Amino acid sequence: MIEKADIVFWPVAMDTKYKDVERMENKSIDFCFFNGAIRTSENEKLAKLLRKKSKYMIAFGACACYGGIPGLANLFDKDEIFKEIYIENLTTPNPKRIVPKEKVKVKEGDLELPEFYDVVKTLDQVVEVDYYIPGCPPPVKIIEEAFDRLLNGKELPPKGSVLAPMKSVCDECPFEKSKKKISGIKRIHEVDKVENKCFLEQGIICMGPATRAGCGAACIKAGMPCTGCMGLLPNSRDQGAKMISALASVLGIEGEEEDERKSKELIDQIVDLVGTFYKYSLPAAIINRRVIKRRR
Amino acid sequence: MDFEPRIVGFLCNWCAYAGADLAGTSRIQYPPNIRPIRVMCSGRVDPIFILEALKLGADGVLVAGCHPGDCHYQSGNYKAVRRVELVRKLLEELGLEPERVKFVYVSASEGRRFAEVVKEFVEELKKLGPNPLKVKR
Repeated sequence: MIEKADIVFWPVAMDTKYKDVERMENKSIDFCFFNGAIRTSENEKLAKLLRKKSKYMIAFGACACYGGIPGLANLFDKDEIFKEIYIENLTTPNPKRIVPKEKVKVKEGDLELPEFYDVVKTLDQVVEVDYYIPGCPPPVKIIEEAFDRLLNGKELPPKGSVLAPMKSVCDECPFEKSKKKISGIKRIHEVDKVENKCFLEQGIICMGPATRAGCGAACIKAGMPCTGCMGLLPNSRDQGAKMISALASVLGIEGEEEDERKSKELIDQIVDLVGTFYKYSLPAAIINRRVIKRRR
Repeated sequence: MDFEPRIVGFLCNWCAYAGADLAGTSRIQYPPNIRPIRVMCSGRVDPIFILEALKLGADGVLVAGCHPGDCHYQSGNYKAVRRVELVRKLLEELGLEPERVKFVYVSASEGRRFAEVVKEFVEELKKLGPNPLKVKR
């Protein structure tokens, strides 16, 4: 890669400053791989700056694409988060109840901090995004293929494409799939021995049916169910809703008769729906945050 | 002005929609708050439809299908029951009242029941108040 491209900005590995980027000409960067969700005004400012300076903006990783695990913070608002972290946290003694402020006056002048937003946003909620490379982390094979396509002057896919396969994780899963019927929901730690068959058939929730392929079913091969890091399937608007749809089709089906109580019992066994179905994609979901009613 | 809830109703072609039709042809009075959408089967109702309707400001979503054992496609209504139940649980975690989403069985001959169901749902939603996701215009 070093032979093909100059790296002009890479905060974790090079000592380049935002000022250096500001001095660059518009559209002078060919490809910008942006990782991380938009949590603070600093994130947003940098995303907008890099968008202006780059020909192609690529959301890199689950956070930039769909909000990622930090996106689950959308179950709380800024006040709740600050209260938990700075005031109620037992290991953070804070008798003066100080929480970060955007501006603080000290003797030497004003000190500024970026604004902490109420919600986590995905990259494409603040700037235009050309391509997406999902995954937590993006699988090496997917990155290699994407770099090959982008850096070797190959024909580029239509704008907005996700540079990953169009199939679901189930397609890459090594386990045999038979007709599914779930009679009890278990979490992975409640199972003594994982059998070599579809996790869903064993009653363990696996996000495979609602998740894009590209990882080679790495977690499943290592004995853990898919948690959905590759994000939404093509033509899907909402990863969690898709999983609900898939799960509802296989819950407790016994022939054709139906026992409503039984399926309700099963549904009650599922804990933490948002954390399970939207582990990496809450900010990109249709209802993308908890509705917090404020007292008027 | 009094709050008049807006309900999106997904009615299955074979039972609930015919039931609503019967309510109409029998001239049974019921509140005009429901906007019916005919689907071929309640099993066609993707959870995305329900979430999208709520996101766009519907105060309630009613999914109505055939009675157990009556589904034209054998098991669509069972799937719909479970989908709605899961969506309700999800809404609760997301801070919305699960009572805004409802599944009911209505057969083609139950025009009166359909009217009752809508009437009840409107009353319940009036108690809950407007959908907090609704954008004020």
